[in-house]
Amino acid sequence: MSFSISVQTQDFDVGREYTELIKDDTAAGAVVFFVGRVRDLNNARDVTSMSLEHYPGMTEKILQQIMDNAKTRWDLISAHIVHRVGELQLGDQIVFVGVASAHREHAFQAAEFLMDFLKTKAPFWKKESIKTGGLIWVDAKEGDEERAHRW
Amino acid sequence: MIQVLFLAQLREQLGVAELQVAADSVVSIATLKHYLVINHPEWERFLSNSKLLVAVNHQYVKTDVAITSGDEIAFFPPVTGG
Repeated sequence: MSFSISVQTQDFDVGREYTELIKDDTAAGAVVFFVGRVRDLNNARDVTSMSLEHYPGMTEKILQQIMDNAKTRWDLISAHIVHRVGELQLGDQIVFVGVASAHREHAFQAAEFLMDFLKTKAPFWKKESIKTGGLIWVDAKEGDEERAHRW
Repeated sequence: MIQVLFLAQLREQLGVAELQVAADSVVSIATLKHYLVINHPEWERFLSNSKLLVAVNHQYVKTDVAITSGDEIAFFPPVTGG
């Protein structure tokens, strides 16, 4: 059993997160994780780097609420959310969501649920630096809202 | 006093990150917005954006709610993490 939330500037190690998710727990027959990375192209703009801002205090509470909701809906053995803030470069890891459960159905669904609500509720904002010069705040996607409404 | 925060793009649009409002001047989110616009007419077009999100003490509020001294009110654009 390991449930954790971290908002941090430093990078994370996926292997280490995986080891922590399954640590000493042979009941965890299924592990699903998602990693989000800084992409080079967004809305047809060439991105060169990105900065991520959040609302300290609220972010952690919202992520905790999302995780608590997931725990009531699925049988989870472990779940970790790690989200980076600050200055990020192309290809950098942004977010890790990992879930361990006895069976894959719960792990897949819970991981997707966590990501869908993280994207629509957790107060993070991305600002891109683009190749042609300038900084652009990323717009929220309506599709993300629709995905969260499915649950 | 009521602590008011503006985050992300909204902070840049208003040119202010935070301010304090006397609790006897406002009693709700709606009256707070009205108070802000009266004092800063140039903020109206940003604060009237229907997509703007509002949190009271770190919890989202979707309708107008009462606020009181010591509350922290945050206004911010739709979130884009992940």
